[in-house]
Amino acid sequence: MRNKHKSYLTAISFAVVSALLSGCGDAVLNPKGKIATDERDLIFLATGLMLIVVIPVFIMTFLFAWKYRASNEKAKYTPDWAHSNRIEAWVWAIPCIIIVILATVTWKTTHDLDPYKPLDVDAKPLTIQVVALDWKWLFIYPEQNIATVNYVQFPEKVPIDFKITADAPMNSFFIPQLAGQIYAMPGMETQLHAIAETEHTYDGISANYSGGGFSGMRFVAKSTTQEDFDNWVKQVRQSPTKLDSNEYNQLARPSENNPVALYSDVQNDLFHFILMKFMMPSPEMGSGSM
Amino acid sequence: MLLGKLSLAALPDQPIIIGAACFMALAALTVILALFYFKRWTWLWKEWIVSVDHKKIGIMYIIAALVMLFRGFADAMMMRSQLALSYGASHGYLPPEHYDQVFSAHGVIMIFFMAMPLMFGLLNLVVPLQIGARDVAFPFLNSLSFWLFVVGAVLVNVSLVVGEFARTGWLAYPPLSELAYSPDVGVDYYIWSLQISGIGTLMSGINFFVTIIKMRCPGMSLMKMPIFTWTALCSMILVIIAFPILTVTLGMLFLDRYMGMHFFTADFGGNAMMYVNLIWSWGHPEVYILILPAFGIFSEVVPTFSHKKLFGYETMVWATGVITILSFLVWLHHFFTMGAGGNVNAFFGIATMIISIPTGVKIFNWLFTMYRGRITFTTPMYWTMGFLITFVIGGMTGVLLSVPGADFELHNSLFLIAHFHNTIIGGVVFGYFAGFVYWFPKAMGFKLNEKIGKVVFWCWLIGFYVAFFPLYVLGLMGMTRRLNHYDVAAWHPWLIVAFIGACIVLFGIASQVLQLLVSIKQQDKDITGDPWNGRTLEWSIASPPPFYNFAIVPTVETRDAYWETKQKNLHSGATSVKPKYEDIHMPKNTGMGFIIAAFTFLFGFSMIWDITWLAIGAGAGAIISVIVRSYNYNIDYYVPAAEVERIETEISNRKLS
Repeated sequence: MRNKHKSYLTAISFAVVSALLSGCGDAVLNPKGKIATDERDLIFLATGLMLIVVIPVFIMTFLFAWKYRASNEKAKYTPDWAHSNRIEAWVWAIPCIIIVILATVTWKTTHDLDPYKPLDVDAKPLTIQVVALDWKWLFIYPEQNIATVNYVQFPEKVPIDFKITADAPMNSFFIPQLAGQIYAMPGMETQLHAIAETEHTYDGISANYSGGGFSGMRFVAKSTTQEDFDNWVKQVRQSPTKLDSNEYNQLARPSENNPVALYSDVQNDLFHFILMKFMMPSPEMGSGSM
Repeated sequence: MLLGKLSLAALPDQPIIIGAACFMALAALTVILALFYFKRWTWLWKEWIVSVDHKKIGIMYIIAALVMLFRGFADAMMMRSQLALSYGASHGYLPPEHYDQVFSAHGVIMIFFMAMPLMFGLLNLVVPLQIGARDVAFPFLNSLSFWLFVVGAVLVNVSLVVGEFARTGWLAYPPLSELAYSPDVGVDYYIWSLQISGIGTLMSGINFFVTIIKMRCPGMSLMKMPIFTWTALCSMILVIIAFPILTVTLGMLFLDRYMGMHFFTADFGGNAMMYVNLIWSWGHPEVYILILPAFGIFSEVVPTFSHKKLFGYETMVWATGVITILSFLVWLHHFFTMGAGGNVNAFFGIATMIISIPTGVKIFNWLFTMYRGRITFTTPMYWTMGFLITFVIGGMTGVLLSVPGADFELHNSLFLIAHFHNTIIGGVVFGYFAGFVYWFPKAMGFKLNEKIGKVVFWCWLIGFYVAFFPLYVLGLMGMTRRLNHYDVAAWHPWLIVAFIGACIVLFGIASQVLQLLVSIKQQDKDITGDPWNGRTLEWSIASPPPFYNFAIVPTVETRDAYWETKQKNLHSGATSVKPKYEDIHMPKNTGMGFIIAAFTFLFGFSMIWDITWLAIGAGAGAIISVIVRSYNYNIDYYVPAAEVERIETEISNRKLS
């Protein structure tokens, strides 16, 4: 019994440690944006707090199982002992204290990390409108009047206001190394505020299953210097394709594994149009994929 | 027109599905031929199908649950092997339209048609025996509940061959599940299989609630009930409150699809977010419906094998009650990422972590039950030990996910998948298997082979860790759920490890089949009725119990009533007063449950395929059958005292020989 359990415990701790180490090379544990960094630190803090209860439980399980095995007749045996105020007080108190601490942390961080909360940074934010389509991501830059598919670029150290919706079933807009995810829903607008600390190329995904082409619904996000970003915008403006309503209706049809596309001009207020079309289907826009 | 949307095109054309269909047809054919060959049709009908005996219904639930475990696990193997293969240039062997059905079916089957019937099977077997009752409060309803569950399970399996299953995930979020995005019959199979089995579940909930409240033997006050019965009571309260929400929600989805309404559609002001709220108002209590009885099982197993009273009985009861109430206050933690804002998210996050307090207390109480005990490590105790370690890890990752800031990074990732399998396998499955081994001799009259039982345990335990710890890692690496192909090289080795883990579990399941076969052959008979030196009333009667359970209804003075009686007899010597038997009032068997369910099956199938005439006919048939049954007053009879005496003498002779 004991040896089996022991070797098995070693195996678990090995798995956990190696998991954490290898995970460091990737996504969640290796953030590049302020929000994602705070979220990672929160994960570590909460895990640490809980280990205060979890580790004693591990130890007690093995210790009690070993010590009070039937063959160990030297161990104390009290078949009718079933209550102790002192033990009961402890087993309620310790989890309670930990949860009080964790709850306080949760209350504070939930408000600090609320994706709708504008970031407290002294720079003019950049607005990017995001539309989840079957099965690709459309990014509209209203101030720059450009749009892209499956590729999004923004300057480092500038707060980004993502405004998010869908013209498709529900998806979840997620760039793990930049900031947490938020749902993209038809007829709804959600928001995400994020900021990139450095220049970096990120993987972006949909984190909510939306049908057949879902696996290919990936995009690249890139944070660059302001200068590079400005140059990139100029470049996109040279693109021969424009995103007018015809082009949009074409784009909104289901398609899988779409390549990056760049649009030099976007129909006025397209994002608002997509948002409202579910309220009152518009004759000019058609009803998209519906 | 006569067959609605049904045509030959609904039959499968892919080799994997054709293979599965042939396998199912072959299995069914074998069973049918065997029944003819051994001339067992009348036996099947008279002894099982029409039976209202809670023990037989319990056994049928468990058999059905095991069959569905094979089906659900086959889905799991397909998913794991697909993901081990489908990297880079390779796209595996399951295209999305098939793979998406597989993961949807896996979730639906494992929760509704594996875990739920396994729970109701154990409840049926044990609860009436633990409270000294002769059957449940409404025996006919119990039979009907079971057959309605069977209809749901059969519909899910029919979808494999005729038409297709939902490609929406196990909770069928709209607007994906609406007609606009899922025009085929997959979602209709989903809706009708869950609606029909859900009604059965609700009736069972009411049935067991009334049974526990009204049918306890004299002297058994609520605070003297065995903990398993307590957890069953709380679980049934959750069923009664939560399942109507599911019925209404799926009903509204049906109206959207069938009548063109717009409750949850994307357009015309429909609100898919409301569906997500409603489905989780049922869905979160549902996981507590499953886990509470598992907690109850551990609370029976630990004292029995520690040969010691349960530590902190009152605390256990209160902790169970607190969990019952809190389980309705946390549903929003399944979608912090919907953007509800800081106050709402923080409230639901904190409410969720508060549940970990009573759960933690339970863990400590089991540990302090082991403390200063004399522990024998039988298979049920192995499962309990595995549970203690595994569930604590699952609880920890669960609390982590309840912190909204952390959830924004981890939601819907494989970390989440690892978490809930950690609690459902580590908690529910380990618990039910502990209960299965523990009460098996009571139901069948012989014990399961302990040696193979331990092999089963180690395969499941090791298999679980090898299969799901890589998923925790993959979640932290940014892999989301329900992908069927990926290009990230770093994920590939972990997914291969996870597949190996699934293979180890497969070996465990195969060993379970072997264990059953070997045990049936060995017939390690339990003639005492008390093979584990048990503490509660179910061990005071023969294994298997006579159909009326208790020849004389017991009177209870303390908790652990049977244990106390044994202790008293040990000190004062057993009294051998000849018992005086009386006539026993019992319910009559009836095939009505089966007949109503058969009509309901036809109704469900024809609703799925829009076969209007058959839907009307079968629906009317079901309603008329219910009315006919309601006017039947010839539903009970008396077992004469002489007959009881004959059976009891036979049992005691068996003990002596």
